[in-house]
Amino acid sequence: MKVDRRSFLGLGIGAVAGIAVSPVGIKLTDDSSILTQTTKLWPWALDHPPLDGAIVYENSVCSLCPGGCGISVRKIDDRPVKIEGLADYPINDGGACLHGMSGLQYLYDPARIKKPMIKKGDSFEEISWEDAISLVAGKLSDVRKSGSPEKLACITDKEHGSVSGLLQHLLKAFGSPNFYTMPNLESYLETVAQQIHGNGKTLSFDLENSDFVLSFGAGIIEGWGSPVACFKANATRKQRHAKLYQVEARLSNTAANANKWIPAVPGTEADLALAMCAVILNENLFNSAATANMYAGFSKFVSVVQTEYAPAKIAKITGIKEDDIIQIAREFATAKMPVAVFGKGKGDGAQSLKEMAAVHALNCLVGNVNKKGGVFVQDKAQYLEFPAVKMDGIASKGAAKARTGQYIGQMLDAVNASAEPVVEALIVYNANPCYSLHDTRRVKQAMSKIPFVVSISSFLDETAMEADIILPCHTFLERFEDVPSSGGFSKTVVGLTKPVVNPIFDTKNAGDCIIEIGKALDQAVAANFEWENYEDCLQAVTSSIWDSLSEEGYAVVSDTIPSGSPGVDVSFLAQNPATVQAQGDFNLTLIPVDNIRLLSGAIAASAFAIKTVSDTVLTKKETVVEINPLTVKGLKDKDLATLTTPMGSANVRVHLNEGIRPGVIGMVEGLGHTFDNKYVSNKGVNVNDLIGQVLEPGTGLDAAFGIKAKISRA
Amino acid sequence: MSAIENKSENRSTENAGEGVSEDTRDDKGLGLGVIFFLVAFVVCFLSGTFLFPKLLYSKKEQPFNFDHALHTSEAGDCEACHYYREDGTYSGNPKLASCLDCHSEEPLGETEDEAIFVEEYVVKGKEIPWLVYSRQPDCVFFSHAAHTIKAKMDCVECHGHIGESTVSRPYEENRLTGYSRDIWGKNIFGIKKNSWDRMKMDDCAECHKERTGHQGYCFQCHK
Repeated sequence: MKVDRRSFLGLGIGAVAGIAVSPVGIKLTDDSSILTQTTKLWPWALDHPPLDGAIVYENSVCSLCPGGCGISVRKIDDRPVKIEGLADYPINDGGACLHGMSGLQYLYDPARIKKPMIKKGDSFEEISWEDAISLVAGKLSDVRKSGSPEKLACITDKEHGSVSGLLQHLLKAFGSPNFYTMPNLESYLETVAQQIHGNGKTLSFDLENSDFVLSFGAGIIEGWGSPVACFKANATRKQRHAKLYQVEARLSNTAANANKWIPAVPGTEADLALAMCAVILNENLFNSAATANMYAGFSKFVSVVQTEYAPAKIAKITGIKEDDIIQIAREFATAKMPVAVFGKGKGDGAQSLKEMAAVHALNCLVGNVNKKGGVFVQDKAQYLEFPAVKMDGIASKGAAKARTGQYIGQMLDAVNASAEPVVEALIVYNANPCYSLHDTRRVKQAMSKIPFVVSISSFLDETAMEADIILPCHTFLERFEDVPSSGGFSKTVVGLTKPVVNPIFDTKNAGDCIIEIGKALDQAVAANFEWENYEDCLQAVTSSIWDSLSEEGYAVVSDTIPSGSPGVDVSFLAQNPATVQAQGDFNLTLIPVDNIRLLSGAIAASAFAIKTVSDTVLTKKETVVEINPLTVKGLKDKDLATLTTPMGSANVRVHLNEGIRPGVIGMVEGLGHTFDNKYVSNKGVNVNDLIGQVLEPGTGLDAAFGIKAKISRA
Repeated sequence: MSAIENKSENRSTENAGEGVSEDTRDDKGLGLGVIFFLVAFVVCFLSGTFLFPKLLYSKKEQPFNFDHALHTSEAGDCEACHYYREDGTYSGNPKLASCLDCHSEEPLGETEDEAIFVEEYVVKGKEIPWLVYSRQPDCVFFSHAAHTIKAKMDCVECHGHIGESTVSRPYEENRLTGYSRDIWGKNIFGIKKNSWDRMKMDDCAECHKERTGHQGYCFQCHK
């Protein structure tokens, strides 16, 4: 017997035939086709499908921005999977913005801080919570023992709410007057109300009922005030036959949506508002009952606006025709329910008191104060009842001392200017001054000069990077917190943020961090922190509304039109304060542009939100600036250009757009983060690196609406 | 290899041989080829039928043995544990919390399996990582409610008599796709005797065609 080629042939054919008749072929074909749909082949796809489970909805309140919207979080078993607006919530009634909707991404953000950390050299090392709290308490005790408790300062996002209240409580018990907030619309409203109507007042705007909104740069649909409430008010505007006139150098979404775009030269809004006051006074269009309330400085104010702000003169400054100024002023004064709104962009950037007061003067002149569709002047919401602070001798002495600076900018300047540390220790919570304030280098320099910086933060952001110790706190989905409505919303609503998921990392509620620090300090301070924990404190200090907060999820503190006509003091405007000018000698003016898809405050926009930004704002990793084609000859659309201001220069892409005044360059806020989040950081330029602080004479506010700049092809 | 080549080869090498005729030699060669063919065919066919499934599937044991028969006699029918939620969604395998409606840290019986259940899961508060025999691939959407409530189908039609089983058979996982063997069915040829022997798309379509007159559209299951 011989094995020949024929045998091998038989063997081969037999093997093939055997396999072919067996189920191997059909089975492997089927499995291969299934394999192509699994993550084994596509590792970048979702590595596991969403788990199945019971669907539950939990209600809470979003605190990513001052809007305070009610949210409904859909969960599969214990895992939150979707955030939606909460129906029937008094602020947003089911609406939600893209930041709220993508809020879950903050839970798993790559920049989240997982454990307390201490700075060692240039990097951070993890430490235990016990060590972290005792270390902070030890350093703060040293400051207090030195006899200068005022050298402890604190920076947070807002003045209201119980966590901010706890920080103020701590500072008072410690003996320091140095509590600072980041610039925010609520504090601007209070500053204007205080200047014109007296202490303890604030303003709000009845946008949802007004029939004529004259907005001086307020980005009604760009995230101003309580964004979703503003979207809704704007959405019903056409049905209500209400008008919106937008004064803004750039055709923002709000301006494009308005009935009229009034592209005034940036920085001249105050002049324009006062010129309109002049028209109203000249033509007797004011409400005489309202002007009777103007008890201080009214006659001087009249003569100042009539002589200094004649429309013909102001037309040249603002670039708005005299006839238009007169016409708009007439329309405003003769509208049934007019309201003039201030606060450029989102309202939390630099603002000038002159401008805000001038705009509000329009409201006061036409008399639509405390009336439907107008401005409400009311007492600041006082729903928190903290126990009186028990102060020892050190605390009383320290608290009586002058603040290091009136506003945060001056405090940082004082730190930079002094050879000796004027601030020994700083606590930062829910604020990112190293990113959000003008001239970030100056802020970082001040941070490095302060010997001990504590950051209570969820994310290792630009400010946390400068800290000496970081206490990681819960995100808004993991914590309890009271969230008062703010930013000019016509009702006062306090919402309760509740944990909808167990903490993902070893974090604490910021309130608990503060209480634990307070308890660990010497007896005189610790005596003021007798609450068991933050939840206990929250319940105690909100006792007047706790039932409603815990049962309904919110409490409406006031939703009626305030009664009475408040007195009006225009003596500040009657002094004719100087208008702030942009810093520098270049020919063009760079202005920051607020975009609803980006965030520029304590929290950076999420990965989802960043992805929705148009490529006329961010192209790949480059910021795109808007320039009118008439501004610079020789620049083409999409050219790479070098933008230079007195603060520095940056490479940007050019977007030629007729929707911006010639001579003005618009650059978006909210890009150029540098912390460790590959989805959000290293995209574009931070406009605050290029704009410097300009203090308004007399008020001390940073009023830099922009900065002089030049641009040339790179 | 051609016959002419074969002949010339045989002539040159076997002239001094046993003088076997060329024709016979050819037949032998062909016969050997046939034998080789048959052997290879049979070996490959049998391997493809019996060895291949053993290679394709890995066997995994459940966390512990589960006696369905005992539970249905004590707790009631399938829906006692595999219930529908208020919103109509199907709960699937019960969570530990459902088990604890009857069970506690004190075992109800004396089996070794219940001891594992109590020690490993009840005491530790851990969910039981059951391996689900009938888990469809991720790309498949399936609504239990539409079939059992709306179309009034019996669980047995797809799942067979698992409710009467006293032991948990090993879970067989397809090494290639990672899915359960029960979808293709135990029979590697894909032949089924009962409606519950296979859960492939064709089986869905067959039943749909029979009962609704149409096999259904892609997007009904592949969202």
